[in-house]
Amino acid sequence: MTSATAPAVEANIDPAVRPTDAVGAEPGHDEAEWRGVSPKYLTVQLISDLIFGLVLIGGFSAVALLRGQVFGWIAAGTALIITVVLLALLPRRVRSIRYQLRADDIVLCRGIMFFRQVAVPYGRLQLVDIRRGPIARMLGLAELKFVTAAAATAFVLPGLEVGDADALRDRLVALAETRRAGL
Amino acid sequence: MNSLADGEWHRLHPLSPLLRGGLMLLAVIGFVIANMRERLTEIALGWFAPDLQPTIDEELGKASERARFAADPISYVVEHDLVLWAALGVLAVLLVVVLLFWVSWRMRTFRVTPDVLEVRGGIIFRSHRSARLDRVQGIDITRPFVPRLFGAAKVQVSVAGQSGNTELAYLSSRAADELRRDLLVLASGARLRVSAGPVGPTPQAGASSLSDLLARRADELLAPELDPALAAPESVVQLPVGRLIGSTLLGGFVILIPVLAAVIVWGIVARTGWVLVSLLPSTIAIGSYLWARIVKSLRYSIAGTPDGVRIGYGLLSTENRTIPPGRIHAIEVHQWALWRPFGWWAIRVNIAGHVGEASGADQRSRLLPVGNADDVRRVIGLIAPGASVDALLRLGMAGRRTAGSAPRQAAPYSTPSRRARWVRPFTWRRNGWAIADGVLAFRRGLLLRRVVFVPLARLQSVAVNTGPVGRGLRLATTRVHTVAGPVVPALPALDRRAADELFEQVIRDATAYAAADHTAAWGRNG
Repeated sequence: MTSATAPAVEANIDPAVRPTDAVGAEPGHDEAEWRGVSPKYLTVQLISDLIFGLVLIGGFSAVALLRGQVFGWIAAGTALIITVVLLALLPRRVRSIRYQLRADDIVLCRGIMFFRQVAVPYGRLQLVDIRRGPIARMLGLAELKFVTAAAATAFVLPGLEVGDADALRDRLVALAETRRAGL
Repeated sequence: MNSLADGEWHRLHPLSPLLRGGLMLLAVIGFVIANMRERLTEIALGWFAPDLQPTIDEELGKASERARFAADPISYVVEHDLVLWAALGVLAVLLVVVLLFWVSWRMRTFRVTPDVLEVRGGIIFRSHRSARLDRVQGIDITRPFVPRLFGAAKVQVSVAGQSGNTELAYLSSRAADELRRDLLVLASGARLRVSAGPVGPTPQAGASSLSDLLARRADELLAPELDPALAAPESVVQLPVGRLIGSTLLGGFVILIPVLAAVIVWGIVARTGWVLVSLLPSTIAIGSYLWARIVKSLRYSIAGTPDGVRIGYGLLSTENRTIPPGRIHAIEVHQWALWRPFGWWAIRVNIAGHVGEASGADQRSRLLPVGNADDVRRVIGLIAPGASVDALLRLGMAGRRTAGSAPRQAAPYSTPSRRARWVRPFTWRRNGWAIADGVLAFRRGLLLRRVVFVPLARLQSVAVNTGPVGRGLRLATTRVHTVAGPVVPALPALDRRAADELFEQVIRDATAYAAADHTAAWGRNG
C-alpha cells in the first residue's frame, strides 16, 4: 500500500542497497543472519490486497454507474492501477521484511519505497504480542508485535509460522527478562 | 514516631471532603439561591406592588404565567404554607450530605510501606490503589487557592503509565512536605531512618490559639515556594515577570494578531457587525489562554536538590513538583524566531506517566517557560550534568557549524552532506548530531531553533527511515524513540551511510548505558 504513490521510481531502485551493508558490519557484533518471513505470507498479503482493491474499485464503479459521474470512473481507474502495481511489487515487498537477532538487540527492516529499520534492545521490550488474522490463521501464520515504553517503536513482524512465532516470543521474553533495565 | 510514612494507615486532612467536593456544593447552593432570588423578587413584587402585576401578566401572557407558577415548587410551597417542612427537608438533605462526606473521609486512608504507596477509599465502590515507589516518576504538591487558605495541600504521585496518578487530597501543608520527603527517600532505594529528627506536630494539633493559627497561615502563604535550605542558591533559576509577559506575548500566538487586526479593521470599515461578534469568542479564548499561561508561571523557580529537580510556580494556586533523577527521557531546548533578539529559550522534557492528562500535560512538560542562555545552561546542568553536554548545548544554541570564532575542528556536531540541501535548503547546515557522555544531541531548525538531548540510558528504540526522494539522494532520517511527550527526537536528511552508522552507535551505546545506569535508584549506595 505504501509504495503506491510513486510506482515509477520503484523500478529504478537498486536492490543492492540493502540494510545488510550497514547492520552487522561493526566488528563488535556477532554476525547473526538475517531471517525473512514465510513465503506463505505472500498469499495472505495477496488476498488482503485483492479484497482491499476490489472493494475500492467496486465502490468507485458503483458511484460512477449510479450517479453517471466521470469522476467515479477516474477514481476507479486509479484504484485499479494502484492495486495492480501493489500486486506486482508484492513479492519484493514481502521479501523486504526481515529481522536479525543480535547480541543485545533485535533489528527489524521492511519496505522498499518507504524503508524502515528499527532496533530495539532486548531489555526495552515491555511485551511481545502474538496476533493472528483470519487468513493467516488458515495458513498457519502469526505475527509478532513488539511493544516498548515508546509508542513510536510500533513494529509488527508478520508472516511467521505459528511454531516459529511462539519460539521467537519465548526467546525474546527470556532475553528481555535477563536484560531488564528500568524505564 | 510521627511520620506519615511509618507503614500504618492514615487519614487525610479532616477538611478534605469539603475542599474536594464541598466547594462544589456551596456553588450549587449559591446558584439555587441566586435563581430563587429572582422568583422571590417576583413574588415580593406581586405582594408589594400589585399595580405592576397586570403589565407583567400582559407581557408574558396570563395563562402561561399561571401555569408557570403552579408548576414552580417554590410558589407551591409558599402558597400551601409548607415553608417549615421545606426547611426541614433541606436541612435533612444537608445532614445526609455532610454524613456522606464524613463517611467518605473515614473510609479514605493511605499508607506508605517501604515499597508501595497504597490508597484505599470509596463507600459503595471500594477502590484500592497501590503505587510502587521505585517506579515513581514525579511527586507534585498542589495548593489550589482555597485549600491553601486552609493550610491544605494535595500530593500527587505519578508512576509510569496512563492515568497512573495516585492522589492524596488533601493533607495539611506541612504533612505534605514531610510525606514527599519521605517518599523520595524511599523511592531512592534508601531505607527511611527512623530517627529522622523531630517531626513537627500536625498543624491542627498544634493550633493552640487562633492568632497562632493565623500567623502560621500567613507564613505559609508568604513563604517562598522552595525551601532555601534544600537547594544551593546558585542552582536556583528565577523568572522575571517582565520576561515572562514579553515571551508569552511574543509566542506563537503573535502571528494571529495581524490576522485579527485585519479582520477587525475590515469589520469596522465594511460595517459588518457580525464579523466582530463572531471574533469575540476566539479573542476571549486567546486572551484567557495567554492569561492562564502567564499566571501559572508566576513566581517560577527551579532548583536542584539531592532528590531531583524541583520546580515551583503559581501565585494564588501554587504547584511544586519534584522530578527524581533518571526520570527525564528527552530534553528539548528551543527558541522561536521572535525570541532570538532577546536571547530567550525554553525547555521541554519527556517524562513517563504524564501522557493523557490533557489539562496538565503541557504545563508539566515545560521545565523552563522562558530563560536566557545562562538559565538554560544552569537547568541543563541540573538534569544532564557534564562538561561535554554543556559544550554541545552552547554550540547548539549558537547557530550552525561552529560557535563564533571557535576553530572548525572543535565542532563536535556532525552535519549532513551537501546533498541534504535539496530537501532541507535552509537548515541543512544547522542540522547536526553528536554523542557525548551517554547523551545523544540533535541540533536543528531555523525558525524554531532546537537542541534535543536524549540520555541514551533511557532510549527505547532507534529507527532509520527513508522514502522515495531520500532514496534517490541517498539520504535518510534517524529517529530515536522515547516515552511519549512533546519532544520528538529526529534528524532528517542525513547521509544514508552516516544514518546507518549513527543507528549502530546509538543502539550499542544505549544498551551499554542502560546496563550501567543506576540513577533511578539514586539513594541505594549513598
